[in-house]
Amino acid sequence: MTSSDFDAVVPVICVALAGLFAMLAEAFRARGEKMPIGGLALIGLVGAGVASVLLWNRTATSFGVVTADNFSLFINLVLVAVGILTVVFSAATIERDGIPAGEYYALMLFAIVGMMLMVQSSDLLLMFLALETMSIAVYVLTGIRRDQANATEAAFKYFLLGAFASAFFLYGIAFIYGVTGTTHLERAGAAIAAQSMTDNPMLLIAVGLLIVGFAFKVAAVPFHMWSPDAYEGAPAVVTGFMSTGVKAAAVAAFARVFLSALGPLVDDWTPVLWVIAVLTMVVGTVVGVSQTSIKRMLAYSSIAHAGYLLVAIIAANDVGKASLLFYLASYAVTNVGAFGIIALLGSKEHANDELRDYAGLAHTHPGLAALMTIFLLSLGGFPPTAGFIAKWYAFSAAVTEGYYWLAVIGFLSSVVSVYFYLRIVVMMYMTERDARPVPPPVRGLAMAGLVVSVLAVLYLGVLPAQVISWAEQSIATIF
Amino acid sequence: MTGVPILTLLVALPLVAGALLAALNNRDGSKDGLVRWAALGASLVPFVLSLALWAAFDASAEAAPFQFLERHAWIPTFGIEYSLGIDGISLMLVVLTTFLTPIALLTSWESIHERVKEFSVFMLLLEAAMIGVFVSLDLFLFYVFWDFMLIPMYFLIGIWGYDQRLYASIKFMLYTMAGSVLMLIAIIGTAWLHQQATGAYSFDVLRLYELRIPEHLQYWFFLAFAVAFAIKVPLFPFHTWLPDAHVQAPTPGSVILAGVLLKMGSYGLVRFAFPLFPEAALAFAPLLATLSVIAIVYGALVAMVQPDMKKLVAYSSVSHMGFVVLGIAAMNTQGLQGSVYQMLAHGVSTGGLFAIVGMLSDRRHTRLISEFGGLKAVMPRLTAAFLIITLASVGLPGTNGFIGEFLILLGAFRWDPKFVVVAGLGVILSAVYMLWMFQRVYYGEVTNAENRHLPDLSLREWAVVGPLCAMAIVMGVAPNLFLAPMEPAVTRIVQRMEARVPMNVDSGWRRWFSHDAAAATARVGTGEGQ
Repeated sequence: MTSSDFDAVVPVICVALAGLFAMLAEAFRARGEKMPIGGLALIGLVGAGVASVLLWNRTATSFGVVTADNFSLFINLVLVAVGILTVVFSAATIERDGIPAGEYYALMLFAIVGMMLMVQSSDLLLMFLALETMSIAVYVLTGIRRDQANATEAAFKYFLLGAFASAFFLYGIAFIYGVTGTTHLERAGAAIAAQSMTDNPMLLIAVGLLIVGFAFKVAAVPFHMWSPDAYEGAPAVVTGFMSTGVKAAAVAAFARVFLSALGPLVDDWTPVLWVIAVLTMVVGTVVGVSQTSIKRMLAYSSIAHAGYLLVAIIAANDVGKASLLFYLASYAVTNVGAFGIIALLGSKEHANDELRDYAGLAHTHPGLAALMTIFLLSLGGFPPTAGFIAKWYAFSAAVTEGYYWLAVIGFLSSVVSVYFYLRIVVMMYMTERDARPVPPPVRGLAMAGLVVSVLAVLYLGVLPAQVISWAEQSIATIF
Repeated sequence: MTGVPILTLLVALPLVAGALLAALNNRDGSKDGLVRWAALGASLVPFVLSLALWAAFDASAEAAPFQFLERHAWIPTFGIEYSLGIDGISLMLVVLTTFLTPIALLTSWESIHERVKEFSVFMLLLEAAMIGVFVSLDLFLFYVFWDFMLIPMYFLIGIWGYDQRLYASIKFMLYTMAGSVLMLIAIIGTAWLHQQATGAYSFDVLRLYELRIPEHLQYWFFLAFAVAFAIKVPLFPFHTWLPDAHVQAPTPGSVILAGVLLKMGSYGLVRFAFPLFPEAALAFAPLLATLSVIAIVYGALVAMVQPDMKKLVAYSSVSHMGFVVLGIAAMNTQGLQGSVYQMLAHGVSTGGLFAIVGMLSDRRHTRLISEFGGLKAVMPRLTAAFLIITLASVGLPGTNGFIGEFLILLGAFRWDPKFVVVAGLGVILSAVYMLWMFQRVYYGEVTNAENRHLPDLSLREWAVVGPLCAMAIVMGVAPNLFLAPMEPAVTRIVQRMEARVPMNVDSGWRRWFSHDAAAATARVGTGEGQ
């Protein structure tokens, strides 16, 4: 079978086309007319998903810079799942929030295009372009509620700091090019390995700059400052999308660059990442404890989860290397679901995203409270949920690589994080509701989306073997 | 019984029943009655099943060490298996669990009036998790049940507890979790060592028993396991969560917490910590024994001064569970048998104490000893039941408490008599605090007018205390009924330990006595004594 030069970009094209049509639809939409733009987005995403499945095990490449190896396809599927769930939750909320559907879906789809390309690119320059595509779309999504001061502030902060980080990233690429004469990951990696340039200071500078760039995107401490504000200011669906999609893409690209091309320098970057991972886990959980806004609390929780993901990168060995992908998948379905609930519980007048808004939720919305509890237990790493297997997997990789202390710190920080996840549970189940208005009911497609995410969380928690084996096949293609 | 996955059924039945109940629409509480009966029925089925299990269990010395085995691949990459099986020790604890759960559910009829459906669901989930802990032969599976168990218990304390419930439930959760995550790291480390030694990961306890773990790692791993289990037991100084959790938990929660949950800690020591890391275990045994005799005496002394009956019983648990750990630390047949027996006995008697204190508290909405007095005249039947349970708890010969404590002290004596000297104090002190409480609550004049017309045991309460009192006595007069099934298992564990680390079992008491005895014989021989 001959494969054309376009095979590897089919998933990206599906999403991009959907995005373009969404923009066109918005342009031709009469004021007040309703159009099923969300459905359009779903079609594009499903197409990308199907394409990714069909490309499995074929390692197609396009134009020498885009590759569709199993690694990127796995992430593509996670992104598709995140995208579909986000569209489902958005359909129920953006009209309420007065967000123009066409722009919103187009931006979201373009962000996904950027994410997919970022993971699929085997050239640092393309990776940078993809990163920017993703980032710019997400900056705008963050501030899409233009009438809200904190949304604008969040978007502005995110944009300024993000631009800075992009510059670091680009500078790092420049150094790589300067040393190896190429920006292509494989060739750069081969050059580094062949010339044993492991103590070349230029290369170390490049590594440092790239770490800064990636650490910013995954919101690792001390480059996390933007994320609580951005997560709080953005609409909750967008926050869910950012905290999973952006993180998944950035972590995957991080892993691709560092484990394959910069693999020979592993002894140089591991200690740096070790420190960053520990700081991220500890700061994320400890600061999370004192938050009163659920969105902010979960923002810190996702900082902590970035730390656990870094543990998986540090401990990437024969056994543990698939843990990164499994963790990403588990975290994505869990967090998107949790933010989905936050988004769905808001009303036109009240965002209902303060901790106290959840008081007595078990009485008014017993089903939602139960779903939220399962998501929170998964974030906290309780069996039998996805979060438990994911954490166990990542930390067992760390233990088998001899990083006992990393595992100890990680597990203890996850015990601390349980404290703040339980604060939400305490609110929902053990606190009486005061005079605040009762959040609106959730039904229909949005409820179905939540149920599907919970089922996925439980499936990954009870029968993880199949997904683990896919994750193993997938990571095997990058190193 | 071959072909029927009876252990899976035991775990799955309460789970499924819980899920079905959860699906029932009972928002206005109109179906509370149905929910209660359904939950009770659902918990009686596992009880009957566990009795069938007991009947089918082969307790002869030649029988397979673990029976009713079920083994299925679960996460093949890591050799994690869904692997269940029981020996005599786990059999007894499973029976204890299925015996106490219906009783705890019965006590809930009086004490739980809100969100009955959710309560019953959590109780059934808890039962499934507890059975799962006792029947798992795969460390990973064990950990899943062990950790999952926290969730229903957390809700039981947090939603239906008394006024300090939030604090108590969070404390319970975080304490236990902090211990167990360290154990998880040790579990991973053990499986990894198995991979180093044989080329394949395994969490299978039976395979890991054969593993030779380097001693320096054994110390760390044993510590991680032991701390997790010591928190659960709870052993001094890890016991501080217990009084809070017990006092704040609703009556059924306390019954299960004291009756079964604490045993998971001592079971873990017997099943995992000691046989997996024998060298380290024996090195740490004196430390464990020291902590347990401190727990025995300290728990008893603190219990003595409690004004609150529930807190008194809670601290008495610290004391009694100290005996259990002492017997395990002695690691000889008598000590270990005594420990397992004491687990069962303590489950029955403390479960009973909490149930009856709960009945008093339902009637008077207070648990302070000073509020009561002279109840014997008002409620003679409840008094009689409480007396039986009290005497069982004190360890009067003829009750279950005596057998366990006696065997433990015997085993500990063979190992090292100095611990017995201190632990013996605990036996005396337990009589002091229990009987003193009994005297203040039940004897004398009725001092408080509110107590004058309290109703005696209702029919339903008879159903709660009847089986408990009966068991307290049956276990006291026919201990062999319960000792026989666990004997091969106990012997096997002791032999396994001895094979790895040669122990001179009787070294302790010989050191104390045989020198004098030999000298005395010599004196008699030479006629010097005359």
